[in-house]
Amino acid sequence: MVHQHFRLVSPFTVAENVVLGDHRDIGRSFLLHTRAIERRVAELAARYGLAVDPRARIWQLSLGEQQRVEILKALYQDARVLILDEPTAVLTPQEADALFGTIRAMADDGRTVIFISHKLHEVKAVADRVTILRRGRSVATVPAADATPRSLAALMVGREIELGRRNGKHAVGEVCLQLDGVGADGDRGVAAVRDVSLTVRAGEIVAVAGVAGNGQRELAETIAGMRAPTHGTIRVRGRQLDGGDPREAIRAGIAYVPEDRLGTGVAPGLSVASNVVLKSYRRPPASRGPFLMLRAIRELAQSLMQRYDVRTSGPDVPARHLSGGNLQKVVLAREFSGDPIVLVAASPTRGLDVAGIEVVHSYLRGAAESGVGVVLLSEDLDEIRALADRIAVMFEGEVVGERDAQTATVEELGLLMAGGEEAG
Amino acid sequence: MIRIERRLEQPRWLFVAVPVLSIVIAFLFATVVLLATHHPPLHTFRRLFDAAFLDNGALTETFVSATPLMFTGLAAAVAFRMNLFNIGGEGQLYTGAIAGATVALLLAGAPSPLVIAAMILAGAAGGALLAAIPGILRAFFSTNEIITSLMLNYVVALFLDYLIFDSHSYLRDTSGFEASVFPQGKTLPDEATWPSWTIHGVVVPLGAVVAVVLACALWGLYSRTRFGFEVKVIGDSARAGRYAGMRTRRKILAVMCLSGAIAGLGGASQDGDFRHQLDPRGLTQANYGYAGIVVAALARYNPFAVVLIAFLLGGLQNAGFTLQGADFPNGLVGVLQGLILFCALGGELFVRYRVRFDRRQTTTAESAA
Repeated sequence: MVHQHFRLVSPFTVAENVVLGDHRDIGRSFLLHTRAIERRVAELAARYGLAVDPRARIWQLSLGEQQRVEILKALYQDARVLILDEPTAVLTPQEADALFGTIRAMADDGRTVIFISHKLHEVKAVADRVTILRRGRSVATVPAADATPRSLAALMVGREIELGRRNGKHAVGEVCLQLDGVGADGDRGVAAVRDVSLTVRAGEIVAVAGVAGNGQRELAETIAGMRAPTHGTIRVRGRQLDGGDPREAIRAGIAYVPEDRLGTGVAPGLSVASNVVLKSYRRPPASRGPFLMLRAIRELAQSLMQRYDVRTSGPDVPARHLSGGNLQKVVLAREFSGDPIVLVAASPTRGLDVAGIEVVHSYLRGAAESGVGVVLLSEDLDEIRALADRIAVMFEGEVVGERDAQTATVEELGLLMAGGEEAG
Repeated sequence: MIRIERRLEQPRWLFVAVPVLSIVIAFLFATVVLLATHHPPLHTFRRLFDAAFLDNGALTETFVSATPLMFTGLAAAVAFRMNLFNIGGEGQLYTGAIAGATVALLLAGAPSPLVIAAMILAGAAGGALLAAIPGILRAFFSTNEIITSLMLNYVVALFLDYLIFDSHSYLRDTSGFEASVFPQGKTLPDEATWPSWTIHGVVVPLGAVVAVVLACALWGLYSRTRFGFEVKVIGDSARAGRYAGMRTRRKILAVMCLSGAIAGLGGASQDGDFRHQLDPRGLTQANYGYAGIVVAALARYNPFAVVLIAFLLGGLQNAGFTLQGADFPNGLVGVLQGLILFCALGGELFVRYRVRFDRRQTTTAESAA
C-alpha cells in the first residue's frame, strides 16, 4: 500500500526506511547490514526507474522522491499487489509521467497495481481496466481502452433521481462578493488555489463543486480570512479586504460555516451559550466595555436555540455533547445572527442525517431569500443541483468552468470535476 | 481484564468524593508506614494536625509557608487554564525577588507605602519580563513553552547565586568581615518591610492579603470579561479562537506575562514579608514555583481553590518542620507529605477516567487462534 500521505521516518536514510518493518533475512538479524541493504535498494531502483539515492535522508527529498521511496518499500518486500492512493496528487506532470513508466514496469513484471485516482486522463493513460466507485459502491468495471472520459464521468456521477430544485428565478441584487484572480497556498506550502475569479450577487446561491482536495477548502478559508491570499483581491460590496485576517472578514460581513465543525466552528469544551456568542462577544448586548453580560448571553443563546430548534437540555451544556445536526444548527444560528452579507458554507451537510441535511438546506435557501449571497462548497452534486443558481467547478485549484444550474447536466459537471476537457 | 476509559460525563459528586477518598487512602498508607517504623499512627496524625493549624503560633507559621504557594499556584493556574504550560514560576519568582530587593535598596529613605508599592510593581514587572521570553517564543515561533520556561529557571537560579556569592553586586552585603566570609544579601531598609496584621494571635502578612485579593480579581477576569472569554476559547481550541477573529498570539503573550507577574509578585512578597534580604539559598531550596504547579493542579485551576489548597499544603509543610526531630526522622516527614500529594494527584485520574473490570468471553477462542 502506498498511502497518499507518506509514512516515512524523516531523519532516516532511504535505505533505512525501506527495511523498516521488514522481518525477513536482513531485517531479522540484530545488526543492520547497511551496505547490503543499500545495494539491494539501488538495484531495485534501477530496475524500475525509481531514481533515488539510497543514502539520502528523507527530509532532503522532494515529495516525488519520497513517493518513490514508498514504492521501493513495497517492492523491497516483494509485494505482489500494490495499492497507490492518489499517487499523482503531489507530483509534477513530468514526475507523474515517470511514475506511469514505473507502474507499467511493475505490471509487466507480473505485479498487480491498483491505482486510485479521480483524474480521468491518468486513468486512461495507465490502466488496463477501470472500476468506478460511487458512494462506497462499485458501480461498473470497464476496459480502459473502450472508455472515454465522457462515459467514465457519467458513471462517476450517476443518474440520480432529480431532487427538489430551487425553481423559478430569484430577485438577484447587487454584487456582494467579488474574487479576482485569487490564489492561496495549501498547508504544505504548495499553491492550492490558483487564479480564482468568482462573482456572487445578493440573494444568489453559487455552488463551488469539485472532488475533495481540489482547493475548495482552501478557497473557503481564504474568503473567510483564515488563510492569507498570495494573489488577487477579495471585495465585499466593492470594498477590498486585506485578507488573511478573520476579524476583518467578520467585520466585512462574511459569515463562514467551516468544514470542521467541532474544533473550528465551535470550541467543543465550552457551553452552547459561549459558542453562540463566539463572534459577537465584542459588542453589546453580549458585552459592555471589557465586561461580559452573562445574563444577556444566556438569554440570547436561549432565544436563538429556540428559533433554530437546537435540542439540548440547556445553554450550559458543553458543545461537544451535541449531535452533529444540533451542532450545525448552533453554527448556523450564530452565523446568521451576525446579519451577514456573504455566507460561505463548506460541506455544511457532511456527516448529517437526512433530517439534518434538510434543515441545513432550508436555512441556506432562507438566507438567500433574505438577500445574503451564499457560496456553497460541496462535493455532492445532488445537493448542489438542489440548491444552487450557478455552479462553478474547481479542479486542481482552478475554476475550470461555470454553468447555470438550470441547464447544466450531471455528465457535463462530472466531466469538469474529473479534469476532462471543457465540453463546449 | 482491567480497562481504563475516559468518562464522557463527569458527575458533580465525583468532584467532592474523589479528593476526600484520596486523603483517606493517603492516611491509610501513612498508617502502614508509621506502624512499620514503630511510630503510633494516631498520635502522629494528631501532632501533624496540631503543628499545622492548632498549636500556638501554628497558623502564623502556616501563613509563612502558604503565602508564596498562593502566588505561584495562581501563576500556574492562570496559564494552565489556557493550556499554556508555564513551568517557569520558580524563575519568575526569583526575578521578582531580585527586582523587588533592588528597588527597595534604591528607594531607601522614601516613605514606606511608596517603597512597598514600588516593590510590588517591580516584582510583577520582573516576573512578567522573564515570562515574556517563553511567551514570545511560543506565540511567534511555536516553541514549546514547557521547555523554555523550565530552562529559564536554571538560568535565573545561577544568576541569583552570582549576584550574592560570585560578585560584588549592588545587592550583596559587603559591609563587614563576617559578610565577606559568609556572603549574603544586603539587609533591606525598614521602609521596605511589608505590614502585617495580628488577628487572635495569628499574624497575617500583607502578601497573603494581596494574594487573596488577586484571586478574586483573577476569578472576575476569567469569568466576567472579554479577555477571560478569549482565553477560555483559545485554551479549548486555538483554531476556533482564530476563526472567531481573536488575536491568539497576543493573548498567549498576555497570559504568559500575567502568569509571570503573579509569580514575580510572590518574589517581592518574599523580600518584603519574610526574608528582608535577597536570600538565594532560602529561595532556591523552597521550590515554591514547582509546588505552585501542584497547588494549581489540585485546585483544578480555580483561583479560590488555589488559595485554600495553598493554605493546606502550607500547613503540611510547616507541620513537617515541627514534627522532625530526634525521634522522628526528616525522611519520614517527606514520606508522609509525599503520600498525601501522591494520593491527591492520583485521585484526579478517577475524575476523568473510570476503571472497568470485565471478563472477556472470547479469551479462550483467542488463545486457541
